[in-house]
Amino acid sequence: MQVTSSVREPLITGGKTLKDVTQDISRHVETKPNMQWLLAFLVSVGALGLGFVALAATLWEGIGMWGLNKTVGWAWDITNFVWWVGIGHAGTLISAVLLLFRQKWRMAINRAAEAMTIFAVICAAMFPVIHMGRPWLGAYWALPLPNTFGSLWVNFNSPLLWDVFAISTYFSVSLVFWYIGLIPDFATIRDRATGIRKTIYGALSFGWDGAAKTWSRYESVALILAGLATPLVLSVHTIVSFDFATSVIPGWHTTIFPPYFVAGAIFSGFAMVLTLMIVTRKVYKLEDYITIGHIELMNIVIIITGSIVGIAYITEFFIAWYSGVAAEQYAFINRMFGPYWWAYWSMMTCNVISPQLFWFKKIRTSIVATFLLSLVVNIGMWFERFVIIVTSLHRDYLPSSWVMFYPTWADVGVYFFTFGLFFTLFFLFAKFFPVINMAEVKSIVKSSSEKVTK
Amino acid sequence: MKENKKTYWKGLEQLTNDSEFVKNAEREFPDYLPVNGSEEGSSRRDFLKLMGFSLAAASLAACEAPVRKAIPYVNKPVDVNPSIPNYYASTFASGGDYASIVVKTREGRPIKIDGNELSPINKGGISAIVEASVLSLYDKQRLAGPHVNGQKSDWATLDGAVKSKLPTAGVVKIVSNTILSPSTEKALQQFATFYGNAEVITYDPVSNYGITKAAESTYGQAILPTYDFSKANVIVSFGADFLGTWISPTEFAKQYAQGRKISKAKPAMSRHFQFESNLSLTGANADYRTPIRPSQSGLAVLSLYNAIAKAKGGLTVSAPAVEVAYLDQAAKELLANEGKSIVVSGSNDPNVQVVINAINDLLGNNGVSVDFSKPSNFRKGNDARMNQFVSELKSGTIGGVIFYNCNPVYDHPRGSEIAEGIAKAKFSLATNGTLDETASLVQYVAPDHHFLESWNDFNPRKGEFSLAQPTISPLFDTRQAQESFLKWAGVETSFYDFLQANWNASLIGTQTAVTSAQEFWDRSLFNGVYSIPSESAAIVGNSDVASAAAAISKSYKADNAGTELAVYTKVGIGNGTFANNPWLQEMSDPISKVTWDNYLTVSQKWANENGLKMVEGATRKAKVTVGGKSLIVPVLVQPGQAYGTVGLALGYGRSKAGRVANGLGVNAYDLLNSANGFVNYDVTDGVSVELTSDVYKIAQTQTHQTYMGREFVIQEATLGEYKENASAGRYHPKIYKEGEFVKPSKISLWSGHKYSQHHWGLAIDMNSCIGCGACTVACQVENNVAIVGKQEVLNRREMAWIRIDRYYSSPKEATTNKELEQAAENPEVTFQPMMCQHCNNAPCETVCPVAATTHSSEGLNQMTYNRCIGTRYCANNCPYKVRRFNWFKYHDNKDFAAVNIAQNDDMGKMVLNPDVTVRARGVIEKCSMCVQRIQAGKLTAKREGRKVQDGEIKMACQTACPTEAIVFGDMNDPASKITQLLQIKEDTTSALKEVNEERAYHVLEEVNVSPNVWYFTKIRNKEKSEA
Repeated sequence: MQVTSSVREPLITGGKTLKDVTQDISRHVETKPNMQWLLAFLVSVGALGLGFVALAATLWEGIGMWGLNKTVGWAWDITNFVWWVGIGHAGTLISAVLLLFRQKWRMAINRAAEAMTIFAVICAAMFPVIHMGRPWLGAYWALPLPNTFGSLWVNFNSPLLWDVFAISTYFSVSLVFWYIGLIPDFATIRDRATGIRKTIYGALSFGWDGAAKTWSRYESVALILAGLATPLVLSVHTIVSFDFATSVIPGWHTTIFPPYFVAGAIFSGFAMVLTLMIVTRKVYKLEDYITIGHIELMNIVIIITGSIVGIAYITEFFIAWYSGVAAEQYAFINRMFGPYWWAYWSMMTCNVISPQLFWFKKIRTSIVATFLLSLVVNIGMWFERFVIIVTSLHRDYLPSSWVMFYPTWADVGVYFFTFGLFFTLFFLFAKFFPVINMAEVKSIVKSSSEKVTK
Repeated sequence: MKENKKTYWKGLEQLTNDSEFVKNAEREFPDYLPVNGSEEGSSRRDFLKLMGFSLAAASLAACEAPVRKAIPYVNKPVDVNPSIPNYYASTFASGGDYASIVVKTREGRPIKIDGNELSPINKGGISAIVEASVLSLYDKQRLAGPHVNGQKSDWATLDGAVKSKLPTAGVVKIVSNTILSPSTEKALQQFATFYGNAEVITYDPVSNYGITKAAESTYGQAILPTYDFSKANVIVSFGADFLGTWISPTEFAKQYAQGRKISKAKPAMSRHFQFESNLSLTGANADYRTPIRPSQSGLAVLSLYNAIAKAKGGLTVSAPAVEVAYLDQAAKELLANEGKSIVVSGSNDPNVQVVINAINDLLGNNGVSVDFSKPSNFRKGNDARMNQFVSELKSGTIGGVIFYNCNPVYDHPRGSEIAEGIAKAKFSLATNGTLDETASLVQYVAPDHHFLESWNDFNPRKGEFSLAQPTISPLFDTRQAQESFLKWAGVETSFYDFLQANWNASLIGTQTAVTSAQEFWDRSLFNGVYSIPSESAAIVGNSDVASAAAAISKSYKADNAGTELAVYTKVGIGNGTFANNPWLQEMSDPISKVTWDNYLTVSQKWANENGLKMVEGATRKAKVTVGGKSLIVPVLVQPGQAYGTVGLALGYGRSKAGRVANGLGVNAYDLLNSANGFVNYDVTDGVSVELTSDVYKIAQTQTHQTYMGREFVIQEATLGEYKENASAGRYHPKIYKEGEFVKPSKISLWSGHKYSQHHWGLAIDMNSCIGCGACTVACQVENNVAIVGKQEVLNRREMAWIRIDRYYSSPKEATTNKELEQAAENPEVTFQPMMCQHCNNAPCETVCPVAATTHSSEGLNQMTYNRCIGTRYCANNCPYKVRRFNWFKYHDNKDFAAVNIAQNDDMGKMVLNPDVTVRARGVIEKCSMCVQRIQAGKLTAKREGRKVQDGEIKMACQTACPTEAIVFGDMNDPASKITQLLQIKEDTTSALKEVNEERAYHVLEEVNVSPNVWYFTKIRNKEKSEA
């Protein structure tokens, strides 16, 4: 039980009792899906199905279905990959890093944020596989498996291989962490359920008995996993940035990339959490759990990371000028004023300028403004990756190979597919899993006899 | 061994002869085995057995490989050894386009054509068209047998019809392109005599009648001279694209390159002036190029004549003054190099050529660089006679017309009139190999063999002879045309016997080395060529310059205000005969870098005036009208195009060439006229160009025109600078490290490779490279590179392993990026062949997650296709962008069947090189430095127990290069040519070689990927101040 000063503003408002918490959150799992959920779910599955046409066409005909060419070998595929991975950063950051820092406000949002992380990483992990020319071989040849091909082994020098390890480790740890957190809640639902539901949630809760010893173990595991996950938050995007930073292409070959990518990832991850949470709290009427206070705190993280990203953009330019390397200088001038100037300025506007609006308390505590800006940040972060990947490649060293990249319907369709996948998974989660960590939230419910009316 | 008498019993039962034992003694297993199931039905064991059987059967059936028809020889033919290629000397000739060749065959299939080094004409050089012609052998659109009235027929019927109908047809005419073959001419003569002195009318799709006509008037013989550009220190060309398309470009390129190769030992090169309307390949190589209007060209020639005549005290003529930049300088330098210069003109106007003859006579070039004592036979066409013939045919006075391997309905300016006229003839026959525009209109088609299936002899030049021999037995029911003519003339000898007899009879007496006819024949056939040496001599001529000048003054204007059209031919497509060859269609034009199309070239100024801007090949169409005939054609903005002129290439707009070429581009022959007695390729009157609003995309392989002033890509200097400092134009990047600036190669993460055996490398001389693109087609053929078609080129996915980067210079005053992106109005052009650089610190190798691209112990960057999973990371990280990805399955895919014939069509596949894998979908490919050739060379050396000799292994691009701009070799071999060229002094096995040649540089040296390909700076023979 949490002991807090009575002067401190409560993290959970509305004078919720422990029973209220259980009731408010289990209710959505236990009742029949409402119309809103059904519609949203159908739309997601529809997007998934439509996008699948593009994915199937790509897998059947070849990567030629996309707009890539001899000079631009990656575009939407890796842009989407990095974007999804970035989004997948917030969940673990919130639950692991904030756990270590004992930030209690995380408790209301960490469940959904982690779920989002896992689904985003699933979407992201799809791209390295499907962007391969021969995914049916690459899917396992990229793993260091013992084989009968003789001395054939993977190339440990390749950042793509590091990616394989980074992403799979991150995914496994996030998944375990998330699942461990779910166990007590599954047990709660199990205890309230009857019939087949009882069996299913019973199995999912791994026989949780709520004993003091079990709780103690649970706490230890959570702490250990948080410790493990924290460096991963930093390492995943660092390694993703190595894909570019270790190359020789002007605009990619930049040592600033690891911190810049990590900041960008947290930036976009928080924006995505906000987008989803604002909708969820509204639909599920969880305003007392996910309060304006949460939103404000997250907006502050967005100002900080957005500013870091902005400084990184400016630093890149300075270094390009300072390096005296003509190709590098051209790459950056080309970003600003070349044929993809609109992508660059979209990125600048969305990522650097618009988050500065959160300096105004009115804006950062406004649900509507936050929701809109969170979308803007995610658009901006997509453009950031597009700018880095496409504008660097399309005009590199030899002007004879300079080209333009134009996306095809399949590029768009595959991206659409990942949206379908993400939201299908998220809505399934929202329906069948407790969206807020009941067990943890109960620990921060004000338990004095006085009614909290705020 | 003593017999063993002991008895062993199986048990007591046997000893006691137990009745139970006796009963079961014959059985292998004493207990009953339920083989056919137990009495209660199938047992579990039965079920398992049945399941096992069905599984095994099903999987065996599934594993069965599809039946491929590979039938081993019952009796192995002599000389055919599986996997060992055979080479046969032969000759390519299409009309007057000639090359002596060596044909590589594998298991009886011709798969590659190289130049014949023994030939004194092309000296081992080869053009893209010749290189690609091997694919046309396997073209399924070739006629598979004789046709009568559009229906399939047989030879007996056709022969009967010819013999019965032709004698009664009336006047018989035979139409042909230039015939280089003496035996063919003899066979035709026999045929002509048999049918009442039938006349043979010769025309050329791209005519040089002006030269032969002028030679007739000056020297009394209608001949082409033999040109020798290697003997000229000063070259002046008025619109003659002698490096690309004019008469015998491969030969000229070889000669030209001799004057362009420089070194510290020979710091001199020829100076080349070009005055032309379109930017031609030759103009792109010129030191001084002046864009002029076609209507000025005659006057410019006259003005040059006057300048020279004045200095030499000859007769000057009056002519309208014309302002042409660099013409005075050209005159001055010509006069300083009398007898060591050459002046040529591409004009087909005999009057202009008369003046050219006079200029060369005055300069003493006659008999030296322009040799009329050695007539060349490349063009024998008579425009005037052909013109007359068309009128006769149209009027119906010709009873029988025979087209011998020519297609005038398509490639003559009056093709439509010929088409009408054919119907009026009682008898019409063509020997064309395909049902083309002409053959589809005649009554009888007697298809000739492909040249790789034929015997023939050639006399391209006085004293020069060559033979063609079949390299495969005829694929279809075709018959050699000469044999048909002989047969129809009642001569029953085979053409082979006829040819051999003719060859021996006419030539054996010209030499003394061999007396036996058989030996002489065998030797000639083995070498492919035979020469009778003769001395050059100046032929005294008498040019009637005064009347020529009068005619020129009348027909040319110094100040024409109207638009003018200069019709030209493209290096890859030529006159359009081989348009149905996808290798040629996808070869990017050396100048415009366009594939699969012809287009109207317009000047940048015109484009600006008309608000046309090309972005990534997107342009608009224009309506070109010439004297009532209109064509709708896309517009291409061409830097260097003379303002007020437009250019249009011949060879397109085929309607019956076959499925590759049909419908591509427009037919520019329609816009030509031959009213003045010669086919005029310059239309100076009545041309109007109207830009329409139709948008169109031209498929270019390179859309960015300039090198943005990037010295780390192109390093160039002028000759004057080079003489002062051999490192002129070199860019030496330095990187700061611990207090000093050092060469990039001094800083590395890598410990470096050691090459203890060979260290293969390439040296590419940008001064010798003329950009002709023969290497690109050679690479395509050698390495089974897929053709992807126009749409995929538009998607920027051509597969070429070697490309020639063509850069225009930016305007002199350009400083900002935007300005640098624009090409100058009349740019300097630089060609840079670009292929995998085989880096020692290869950025592609480190990034591949599955190690599919690795470094060999001999310095090659290798690509293992079957390990590749297609992440394309290597291609992204390649600073030279030479890696190509298989975006689709290009082989055995109906989507690409129409263009990628060599990998889709059962017959087309016969051209594939069996030593090179056809790449699967989803893998990266790139230049392998012809590793199959390296391997073959090493194996030969090993078998013979010796070291690999320098020059023994050659890359395909190197072999094809007519100017020897590409040198391949072992940098560990101190005696190799490449070591000498690069001046690698130290004897080291390290990957890093200390190269002492000042001109040699690495593209992108500062990235320090340490390539094994070196480039030599481009040196222009310009005044130092003009750099």
